[in-house]
Amino acid sequence: MGPTIGVLALQGAFASHQQRLAELGASTLQVRTPDDLGSVDALVMPGGESTTMSKLLVSSGLFDPIAARIATGMPVFGTCAGMILLAAQVIDGRPDQRSFASIDIAVRRNGYGRQVDSFEADISVPSIDGGPFHGVFIRAPKVERVGPGVEVLAEHDGVPVLARAGHVSVVSFHPELARDARLHDQFLHTASQHYIHHVNESITETN
Amino acid sequence: MVDNLASMSDKAITGSFPVKRGLAEMLKGGVIMDVVTSEQAKIAEDAGACAVMALERVPADIRRDGGVARMSDPEMIEAIKASVSIPVMAKARIGHFVEAQILEALGVDFIDESEVLTPADEAHHIDKWKFTAPFVCGATNLGEALRRISEGAAMIRSKGEAGTGNVVEAVRHLRSIIGDIKKIGQADSAELFDWAKRLQAPLPLVQEVAESGWLPVPMFCAGGLATPADAALAMQLGAEAVFVGSGIFKSDEPARRAAAIVEATTHFNDPQILAKVSRGLGAPMTGIGMDEINQRYAERGW
Repeated sequence: MGPTIGVLALQGAFASHQQRLAELGASTLQVRTPDDLGSVDALVMPGGESTTMSKLLVSSGLFDPIAARIATGMPVFGTCAGMILLAAQVIDGRPDQRSFASIDIAVRRNGYGRQVDSFEADISVPSIDGGPFHGVFIRAPKVERVGPGVEVLAEHDGVPVLARAGHVSVVSFHPELARDARLHDQFLHTASQHYIHHVNESITETN
Repeated sequence: MVDNLASMSDKAITGSFPVKRGLAEMLKGGVIMDVVTSEQAKIAEDAGACAVMALERVPADIRRDGGVARMSDPEMIEAIKASVSIPVMAKARIGHFVEAQILEALGVDFIDESEVLTPADEAHHIDKWKFTAPFVCGATNLGEALRRISEGAAMIRSKGEAGTGNVVEAVRHLRSIIGDIKKIGQADSAELFDWAKRLQAPLPLVQEVAESGWLPVPMFCAGGLATPADAALAMQLGAEAVFVGSGIFKSDEPARRAAAIVEATTHFNDPQILAKVSRGLGAPMTGIGMDEINQRYAERGW
């Protein structure tokens, strides 16, 4: 038995995330309702349109339950739009755009420009083996400030593109499009540790 | 697929096929709405559209007015770009590569080489590999979809019949494309040569479809969707996102209908939610039957 990894499936590239995780042998579940959320131990927030997802998080009744789960330690991994949803500060967002403010970074929506400026580049990630990670940046958010307690795991041209603060990880590019599951593997590792810790705690409580 | 035209700068590559297809991937599960003014674009964004299509007239009006339909005025496209933060698409005429050059120069996020506009070339589609901006093209069947992909399209949309508010053609085209993908998946390697010939599509693409069980790019549905149920129908049939054109702003309450269609596209497999969001939306666009129209846009392109 291992953790069930939820993939927020309101809009965006959730199917590719699910595929990467399945390739690693993880059990996965698409999350569209609070009931779905109740069955998962960790959550991936995919790329897509953050404004669309923000609306759907509210209309589906998922926003508050997800915020509560993150506050009590559920591991989350946000890619691109997912990074925006998790950031403490969103620049150039819509005024009514909601974020979970789970990691102390400021991100500028579409900070790298429009689609004609979207790009791919090799990203050096010292914390993982096997050479650079191929990053695909699509109308990507740009990290403009990183608070204390946030660990920057990779940069591109001096700008943080991969960061972590405890159980919250964010990346401005799209590991799910790279056919390279190393970052998903890292998240799965975090999720598994949290899951084992949680199971052990429940056993202790029962005793 | 390899794009030889990718440009190198600071080790970053722009305009490559993965970058173009990447935006199509990000639009999955969403609704792309036709808008003709900045005000409509804002209503669409407020309702949760994942992108807007900027054009001068929605297909229902193009159909009514007749005449030649062309690329929209750049001033109008720029006004819409300035009014929203989501991706903005715009249409070029089939084969009109200069309209496409202009749209790319305007920084449009996706170019739709569209049969809704009057075709500019009766034999050739645009060579889409030459562009940094990604293209979406319509298709009525698998052969047409693969020909567009071979020309560099990063997204396919089933054509349906734009401006009718009638979903029947969208269903026909989706079923045709997905049905043939399934059949090809069952074919042995020798039969794929015959499939390529019959579909008039490049053999390597036919082989790729046989192996992966899907197109090499995302496939969305367009043309005639007017209700939340229509959007969910397209999604249940296998579309990965939907375009809604005249269906929203030709209805009585565009903002409510737009939001309902967004929710229906996300929760396409949940009849309880579909029932809830379909309630009290006011009158949909009237729509027209296929035997009442004299010009089928889906027949444009080849």
